[in-house]
Amino acid sequence: MEGWALLSLVIWLPIIGGLIVLVAGDKLSRPAALIFSVITFLVSIPLWTGFDPTSYQMQFEEKHTWISSFNMFYHLGVDGISMPLLLLNTFITVLIVIAGWEVIKKKPAQYMAAFLIMEGIINGVFAAQDAMLFYIFFEAMLIPMFLVIGVWGGVNRVYATIKFFLYTFFGSVFMLVSLLYMYNKSGSFAIADFYNLKLGMTAQVLIFLSFLIAFGVKVPMWPVHTWLPDAHVEAPTGGSVILAAIMLKIGGYGFLRFSLPMVPDAARELTWLVVFMSLTAVVYIGFVALVQKDMKKLVAYSSIAHMGFVTLGFFLVYAIYRNTGSYEGSVLAMQGGMVQMVSHGFISGAMFLCIGVLYDRMHTREISAYGGVANTMPIFTAFFVLFAMANTGLPGTSGFVGEFMVILASFKASFWIAFLAATTLIVGAAYTLWLVKRVLFGGVANEEVALLQDVNKREFLFLAVLALAVLLLGLWPQPLTHVMGASIQHIVELATQSKLPGVN
Amino acid sequence: MGEVMNFSLATPEIFLLFSTCAVLLLDVFLSDKCRTFGYMAALLAMIATAFLVVSSFGIERSFAFNGMYVLDNMSVILKVSVLLVVIATFVYARSYLIDRNIFKGEFYTLSMFATLGMLIMISANTLLVIYLGLELLSLSLYALVAFRRDDGRASEAGMKYFVLGAIASGMLLYGMSILYGLSGSLELKGVAAYVASQQIMHNMVLLFGLTFIIVGLGFKFGVAPFHMWVPDVYQGAPTPVTMFLGSAPKIAAFAMTMRLLVNGMEFGAAGWQQMLIPLAVLSMVIGNIAAIAQSNLKRMLAYSTISHMGFVLLGILSANEQGYSAAMFYAITYALTALGGFAVIILLSQSGIEAEELEDLRGLNERHPWYAFMMMLFLFSMAGIPPLVGFYAKLAVLQATVQAGFIWLAVLAVTMSVIGAYYYLRAVKLMYFDKPVESSTISMGFSFNTLLAGNGFLVVILGLFPGLLMALCVEAVKMSL
Repeated sequence: MEGWALLSLVIWLPIIGGLIVLVAGDKLSRPAALIFSVITFLVSIPLWTGFDPTSYQMQFEEKHTWISSFNMFYHLGVDGISMPLLLLNTFITVLIVIAGWEVIKKKPAQYMAAFLIMEGIINGVFAAQDAMLFYIFFEAMLIPMFLVIGVWGGVNRVYATIKFFLYTFFGSVFMLVSLLYMYNKSGSFAIADFYNLKLGMTAQVLIFLSFLIAFGVKVPMWPVHTWLPDAHVEAPTGGSVILAAIMLKIGGYGFLRFSLPMVPDAARELTWLVVFMSLTAVVYIGFVALVQKDMKKLVAYSSIAHMGFVTLGFFLVYAIYRNTGSYEGSVLAMQGGMVQMVSHGFISGAMFLCIGVLYDRMHTREISAYGGVANTMPIFTAFFVLFAMANTGLPGTSGFVGEFMVILASFKASFWIAFLAATTLIVGAAYTLWLVKRVLFGGVANEEVALLQDVNKREFLFLAVLALAVLLLGLWPQPLTHVMGASIQHIVELATQSKLPGVN
Repeated sequence: MGEVMNFSLATPEIFLLFSTCAVLLLDVFLSDKCRTFGYMAALLAMIATAFLVVSSFGIERSFAFNGMYVLDNMSVILKVSVLLVVIATFVYARSYLIDRNIFKGEFYTLSMFATLGMLIMISANTLLVIYLGLELLSLSLYALVAFRRDDGRASEAGMKYFVLGAIASGMLLYGMSILYGLSGSLELKGVAAYVASQQIMHNMVLLFGLTFIIVGLGFKFGVAPFHMWVPDVYQGAPTPVTMFLGSAPKIAAFAMTMRLLVNGMEFGAAGWQQMLIPLAVLSMVIGNIAAIAQSNLKRMLAYSTISHMGFVLLGILSANEQGYSAAMFYAITYALTALGGFAVIILLSQSGIEAEELEDLRGLNERHPWYAFMMMLFLFSMAGIPPLVGFYAKLAVLQATVQAGFIWLAVLAVTMSVIGAYYYLRAVKLMYFDKPVESSTISMGFSFNTLLAGNGFLVVILGLFPGLLMALCVEAVKMSL
């Protein structure tokens, strides 16, 4: 497959496919969307098989002049950090198309087209090696998501989608100013050039803060997380899945690609802030999840808590250095964060799909409307319990690996960080298991539950595929950590070199 | 240069003048049934003029009429843009005018005279010629706004526009006369030479004159705090006139600013930069915040124009090549986007309904998904969301602002565009998330649909590949400095 513009293909194929689906009309749209999403997934597989895990260099690179008067390039490439996320995206989109098959009755062509176009744009975000190209994909993503929540969402969808749009838009515009500032200093928008750019401390701090707003809103981190529960609750199932499984990861990815290597000194200075925000997300949001009455809201809050682990893992590097005087262990922390991102992509996606399965039958997400579902839907219950266990971080599931790595590494940083992070094992178990208890177990709560049908073949298919992924990653995470090893090592090196002028 | 008249350089203007007179005469002899004939003639004249303009692209910067008239690449690009925008306006406007029984020759001849004024402004090289072009444009516009005589609101708008416009023209003229008095030259070169010899910040009289010029420019641009006329006139004028008013003259206003401030007073940048900053800031703040409160679509777009003109000023006040070319790019692409936005309003105003409330957009996606999609493109482009052209225009302006060292201005500008995003989103929300109240079908002629599709396509294509137009703007600005 050498010489093929693979990355361009995984970006533009779904976008063009989306346009074709739009034209194809409502009847043909479902199979057409499935074909395009499957082809895109198949095309993205060589990115994994042809990947050289020993190198941190960008691979599958493509570079063409794009706008010469601004020195912008259409420059694509993936490394060990972006490649798994890109594959996660192409994989999840297939499931979303299947999950929306019968459920979406209103304008299915537009629905499928929106998800395909979004897939292409998100692939672009992960593959872009030019900061402005990244930014354009990063922003363009908002349009389809805005429509998905607004058109196919629940009762309060307009509020939720405008809130979603404005929050993320507000976050990212400051990043734009920062990128322009760095462009003026370096004369190029190439991300690699930004890595070598020397910047004074004030500039670094301001740039860091602008990145923190942009990516922090996306992750989302406490206290700018409030758009997420609203968006999740109102979004259709597919929207929730893509939001939780992919979009949140873009925030985390941004920290690795932009914040840490571009402004390492500011990151070192302000690491306390990020660690504080992450721990608050883990502990406080965990408790908030406990009191939710709406299933989707509960999973949304649990997502915020889990993403807290991701950001914690990424920023432990400086705390570890401060405590032990060496950077040993920081690769483990960062890898833990990455594994957590991928695993959370599977688990949260699966949780939202499960809730979607229930919602399609009962048309309510209120926990109190359920009870004893296990009696009528045994197969579904098996899946749900598995995903719930993964969500609590049970060993053997993917949820365990990332959390364990981060907690282990955080002991090197500080006992208290580790202690607070580890409370998630209790709080997370509490809210998830309590959810399982109230929804699945006990006697049959009402007549509607008694009439529930178990999962059909289509639902079984996507739940089984996700269950397999969760178990596989939990039992054998080595392929994933192996692929990202060199790249993470490189990010740690970049993040620990001072870029202040006059140093070195 | 002094003895050369060089009539040939001004061929497009001369041709347009003659053909406008011809259309005017022709119209007298046409019965109401054959109005289409006059429309075709006007269209043809404009297209021919555009070709004449294009044919002079690429020649060196040259002068005619003893240095009163200048031809350079910048003027060619701006003129072509103006002509294309006006041609599109003609095509878009047709069905609206026929529906309301105002499909008369006056609309076309007045628009053509206004266009001639714009072309003259763009090529003006002395203070007087600038003023001449401006007045030709303004007088035609006053008449156009009030051109639906029996409509009270239109007459009111025309009156307001005329009174305020006349005051502003007076201000501008006063400023120009001070400049002339100081420098002893009407030619921009002479003015520039005088300004270069002065310390502008220590020359009170020069600053005094400059202030009046800025006020005049600010009014013509419609930037805060000289924006009061904009919403009323936009709302009161018939939609095709609003479309005309809100697109092409912005390009001409940019040209006038370039000629006056940059060609004429480049060395006074320290002075006008400081004056333009509050104008730009106020426009962005007032435009974006006031637009939120509007329920009338035309008024909303009026306030949105104010904020966009703030962005254009932001480019100019950066006072560097990037800034000028970014502002040029912004003015051209904004005209393109505004054109599309107003076209959709025209589209909705069928069968006697004046669709100008935001509510009229409700459920457009159910009624006609394609038109809704087009409108969404225009709205998102105005909001500055990539990959549409509006984003790139903002990016270029912000880049120049950051380069000039005004980072705080850039931060303010992006914050304001977030606020601005809200009202564009609200319009998209109405189209896509709400159920339609009106169920009448929308259909338009072939030429309208093709043009709208082309317009939307350009908004996307220029967003994906802005390189060519941007490079053209950069080259043109370099040459005209």
